[in-house]
Amino acid sequence: MIPAAFEYYRPKDMDGVLTLLAEHGDDARVMAGGHSLIPMMKLRMADVPHLIDMQDVGGLSDIEITNDSIRIGAMVTQSDIIAHDGLSEVAPILREAALQIADPQVRYMGTVGGNVANGDPGNDMPGLMQCLDATFTLIGADGERDVPARDFYEAAYMTAREDEEVLTAVTLPLPKGGYAYEKQKRKIGDYATAAAAVQIVKNGDTCVSASIAMTNLSDTPIYSADAGAALVGTSVDDAALKAAVSAMDGDIDPTEDNRGPIAFKKHVAGVILRRAIERAWSRA
Amino acid sequence: MSKKMHTTLKVNGKQEEFLAEPRELLIYTLRERLNITGPHIGCETSHCGACTVTIDGKSVKSCTMFAAQAEGAEITTIEGLGGPDDLHPLQEAFKEHHGLQCGYCTPGMITRATKLLEEIPNPTEEEIRFGMAGNICRCTGYQNIVKSIQAAATEMNAAKEAAE
Repeated sequence: MIPAAFEYYRPKDMDGVLTLLAEHGDDARVMAGGHSLIPMMKLRMADVPHLIDMQDVGGLSDIEITNDSIRIGAMVTQSDIIAHDGLSEVAPILREAALQIADPQVRYMGTVGGNVANGDPGNDMPGLMQCLDATFTLIGADGERDVPARDFYEAAYMTAREDEEVLTAVTLPLPKGGYAYEKQKRKIGDYATAAAAVQIVKNGDTCVSASIAMTNLSDTPIYSADAGAALVGTSVDDAALKAAVSAMDGDIDPTEDNRGPIAFKKHVAGVILRRAIERAWSRA
Repeated sequence: MSKKMHTTLKVNGKQEEFLAEPRELLIYTLRERLNITGPHIGCETSHCGACTVTIDGKSVKSCTMFAAQAEGAEITTIEGLGGPDDLHPLQEAFKEHHGLQCGYCTPGMITRATKLLEEIPNPTEEEIRFGMAGNICRCTGYQNIVKSIQAAATEMNAAKEAAE
């Protein structure tokens, strides 16, 4: 499998990247780890006449933790997330999710920025970042702007990022309470049949807040405010779980593919969400 | 056709320089340009792990990286780990414990396992299975691969202790 010919660039800074993007528009693509883009180029499903490799652009590989937020540079890899002790302490859901992405080799290359910017509904980080209410920082010719993860995804591979912009960082408030990222997949390396990200806060025996997002069950990740609301004020008993699953079911819109028919995916989504809520609650 | 690029790699300790189109995947550079045929092409879709090499301390599927991306990198393939007369402990253990049958996946398996044992010198069976999940074997059923890696870990840890 040999991709179509392209010009390769490895600029040393963001100005260099933005100049190339301004010059070539949507004929150019930036690449971080390349483990989504290169397979698409090999299959000739992605046509990239100008490939901009980001590996020499500095300042995109840091993880910064403050008293109230976490900032993850776009070039931080899944394997960096897994290995970072401080991050696992303050936001263990990130590590739990990263461990369920692809396989060890892919996790050394695959980045947070690539995963969220690509817009593939199968990617795990977009739903996770919606659950955590993260914000994506984009840089373009006119400077930086921030877009909430919950507003970023428009359709499969269509996002709020303009062709001439680069996603540079993901910032999220420090997560509170119990967490779970639960993913059903056919085999290691596969995308989710269904996955659920849950972050839940408990006061006494009562749920005081819950955030729920689902992966690969629509052409975008699905943040289900109603599913979270169904848990608030309850003791997360069976009735509340049923209400949350039913609310989520109304928000997703899966299509039939080689992972199964619609009814099956909806069934799996319910099972996975229930497990995720129960696990998050047990940790809250 | 796009412009050829001057690329420099250090493969198994040897400096290599060549001109290649940007679209040349690293696995082809290794196998066809440099005649380093240990890394294999299995699925060519980043699933099977037969093409695994170590690049600047990371296990990477070389079918999913362009040679141009590896410019300036240090690469180790199975050839750099040991030869017939001086087998790496993992190579010895795979031989002793029947960790291979057809052998097609073995270079990728062993190259990946060197990195796994670097990160986790004394892994549990579960850690081995999880850490080797990017390498597929269609013959062994994995049981003897796990045993081989456990045996190599024991051997390597004993050698390290003896040296201290």
